Order: sequence, then structure tokens, then C-alpha cells
Amino acid sequence: MSVTATPAIDGWFTTGPEPALVGSRCATCTTVYFPPAGGFCRNPACSGEEFERVELSRRGTVWSYTDAQYQPPAPYVPAADPYVPFALAAVSLPEGLTVLGQVAEGYGVGDLRVGAEVELVVETLYTDETGERSIWRWKPVVEMGEEADQ
Amino acid sequence: MSAREVAVLGVGMHPWGKWGKPFVEYGVHAARAALADAGVAWTDVDLVVGGETVRNGYGGYVAGATFAQALGWNGARVATSYAACATGAQAIDTARARILAGLSEVALVVGADTTPKGFLAPNAGERWDDPDWLRFRLLGMTNPAYFALYARRRMDLYGATSEDFAQVKVKNAKHGLANPYARYRKEVSVADVLGSAVVSDPLHLLDICATSDGAAAVLVTSTEYAARHGLADSVRIAGISTVTPTFPNTVMDMPNLSTDSSLATGEPERTFKASIGHAAYEEAGVGPADVDVAEVYDLSTALELDWIEDLALCGAGEAEKLLRAGETTIGGRIPVNPSGGLACFGEAVPAQALAQVCELTWQLRGQAEGRQVEGARVGITANQGLFGHGSSVVLVR
Repeated sequence: MSVTATPAIDGWFTTGPEPALVGSRCATCTTVYFPPAGGFCRNPACSGEEFERVELSRRGTVWSYTDAQYQPPAPYVPAADPYVPFALAAVSLPEGLTVLGQVAEGYGVGDLRVGAEVELVVETLYTDETGERSIWRWKPVVEMGEEADQ
Repeated sequence: MSAREVAVLGVGMHPWGKWGKPFVEYGVHAARAALADAGVAWTDVDLVVGGETVRNGYGGYVAGATFAQALGWNGARVATSYAACATGAQAIDTARARILAGLSEVALVVGADTTPKGFLAPNAGERWDDPDWLRFRLLGMTNPAYFALYARRRMDLYGATSEDFAQVKVKNAKHGLANPYARYRKEVSVADVLGSAVVSDPLHLLDICATSDGAAAVLVTSTEYAARHGLADSVRIAGISTVTPTFPNTVMDMPNLSTDSSLATGEPERTFKASIGHAAYEEAGVGPADVDVAEVYDLSTALELDWIEDLALCGAGEAEKLLRAGETTIGGRIPVNPSGGLACFGEAVPAQALAQVCELTWQLRGQAEGRQVEGARVGITANQGLFGHGSSVVLVR
């Protein structure tokens, strides 16, 4: 991914050496939302209307995972022609919520299991006439010992 | 008989398939079949509730009126419901509410659809505030990918295998063999399922339901009307659950990109899917041990196993054991999807929850030829629609 890539959606994640998802936290009850929410707190016991942006933890554990063996329909924009399958993971974060994401390039379902640790990275999702568009992805955290085995 | 029950006097369906006809034609076919089944004249119907279809233009958005006009305007009141896959349950709930309030007496509930081939994709246009659009654009997250997440969890947490999932398909294919409304009536082997292409790991093509054309209709009346017409012994609806989730919804739901956070509030007492059946049981005054037969939404084979547990027909992680012992097959302790389920039908969204009610009505009457669950007196359906729509109906006789 080139450094000029722009996020595929504004305000949902930061870029740079330690990228993170950006959520919003209700100033009244502290419930965290991702994608970042505004307006009214969705906790039925809270009447909060003020939110602050917060970066979410960069590491979480895999709730479950799969892949897309066939090219998804539009508005999905394929990154390559012919289509290259990619993996997907739902990841539980310490903030108490689970967030979907594609899995980092080069990793597949064989590299994942429920409960495994992953870390957020930012990679290119697709390239269009405006240039490269980036997205958050989940990358398996390889333990030191395992790395030595590979 | 509870004062909150309504009678199901007639049910009817148009066979599921890919027929290439307008949805109205299927709907009217099913409606006329339900009226004929009940022996009730169309002119006696004082309420029509249509299940909306979102892929058939304006006529689909106002489905109730569209069906009423096609059957011949008779001055009936009209309503149209939309709750994604749960549309049928919401439509029946609307009919029941007016009947129990004494505002209507004879209600015809109709759902019909014409469905495109392949993955269900969102409506056209750029919609950066619509999760159903964003999930495709940002993640390439299709419906089968969500089903696959649930399937994989069963494998990693409970030791489910691809053979277990395939066995659900084998069972349902066998159940549906004699069902004249089913689209697929052919035996399938475990090897067939495992030999079909992987769509979203671990699910194969034959683990995932197709999309179909189809229509179903249910004629619902007050129990007084049924008694006056000598039909006091008819099947009755004892409970309908159209509950929404309770915050925080902590299980990943299609088409969302995330769950709610439980950090500030703690976990809810039940997951959304477990709360759907729970509410239906509560309303009907029956429990899981009373259930003789269940029709659950097997969008994928593995999802049938989730539903069996969410309906409390067994404990968490025990559905594979039930399946392997043949307990969910007709003749077993708790037959699931005797109709053949979505595995044999393919999904026709606004008709599907009504089709579940049609099947249980036939089962409770003892009319499910070639697939009868002997002596069934209590049945339950389960289903969930996008964006927080619960759907569960308890039928008794």
C-alpha cells in the first residue's frame, strides 16, 4: 500500500504506524460504538446525546472467521482481476464489542481459530480512478515460539 | 382455549421454484388455495395483510392492496408488513391484533416473491449510511459469510464437523421428497454436500439455501367465527413473537459490521435469537418440552443446529448429538423441518415465514402426506429478519 492511499470511508479508522479503529463513546454512560455514532445514545437506559471520539484497542480475539471463495456482488469492488479470495474475521475487542473485518493479505482461514489473537492493520482495499483506497484488516498475531517453528 | 388465540382456517401455497412470473400471480394462487382450504368466500374476508416484497416495484411495496385488487376489490381493510425474512410473522401478528381487538374477523395474510439468482445483493445506488450497502463495499461480506461465521463457531466451540452440517441437508432433503410445494425433491448424500464447492469456509454450496419464487397464504379468523362455522377443532395460533433485540445485542447479526458493546451495561439475559422463541413460548403458555414439531430457518445447514438450541429444544452445543441420534428426523423425538425446510424450498423472503405456518397447520391436522409427524399437537416456527426482527409462531391443536 502506498502512503498516498486514502481511507475507503472517512473517520472510521486512523492510519500511520499504529492504526486503530475510531469509535465514539457516550459521555453519559460510557458505552462505546463502532462504527462511530452520533446523535442519541442507543443504551435504552441512557439519554446521552454527547459523544467523544475514541481509538479502540488494536488487538482483540477472534469470535469467528470465514472467507469469500466467490467474488461478492457490487457494491463490492474487486481488488484484482481475476478475483482472489480473501478471509474475514469477527473480532472481540476489550471495549466489549465485536467488529468484522477482512483478514490481512497473505492470511487465510487456516491461520485462524476462535479465541486467537489478532491485530489491526491498514491495507489497500481497491484502487479506483481516485487512487488507492485503504481499509482496516485483522492480522493474526504470531507468537514468538510459533514464528521460530515456521 | 385461551382468549388470545385465533384460528387458522385455511392455508395455501404456490409451489416454490423459478417460474419467471409476476409475484402477484403466485400470491393470488396461494390466497385462493387458502380460501378454498377454509371453505370461506373471498367476499367474507374483511382484512388483507400483504407481505411486502422490495424487488418488485411499487406493487410490491403496497402488497396488501396489490393482492386485494387482484382478488377483486371487496372493500376489506388492508395492511402491508415488512420485516425482511420475518415479514410473514409480522403480517400474521397484524391480522391477529385486529381480530383480537374485535376490529376484524376474517383476515387473509399473503406473501409472495420473485427472486433473482445468486447472492442477495443490496438495492442499487451509493448509500454510505446503510450498513447493508457498506458491508458489501467495505468488507465484501455476503449473507453466506455471516452463516459461515456461526457455522465455524460450532466447529471450534462444540466440535461440529462438516459431515454434521451435511447430515442436516441429507435429512431435510429426505423430508421434502414428498412435499408438492418444495422446489428441490431429490435425495442428497453427505458426499454430494462435501463434494460441492466451498462458498464461505466451512460452508459448501449445498449447505446454503437458494433463493426462489414462491407464495404462501394463511386465512386467520376469530375463534368465534371458526366455532360458528363448525370449525372449533381447527388449528390455532397460541403465540407470535416479533420481538426486537434487547440492548446490548452482543451477537454479530447480518447485515451489521459490529455488535453493541456490553462493557457499560453488562450482557443481556438472553441472546436475541434465544429471546425470540422465549417470547413465543411465554405468550402461548407452552414450553420446549411440549413441542412436537419445529420449522426453523435453515438459511444454512449449521443454522438449523443453532435454532434448535435457541428454541431450547436441547442445551447449548448439544444439537449435533440430537442430529446424529436421528432425533430431529421424522420419527425422532423432535422432528425439525419436516417440510424439507429452506434446503428444499430456497428462500422466498416475504412468503417464507408464512410457509412455515402452512406446514405446521398441515402437520397438526395430520394432512402432511408423506412427511407426517405422528400425533403432533404443538408446533413452533423460528426465524429472524434483518435489522432486529424476531419471528416465531406457536400453533396448537
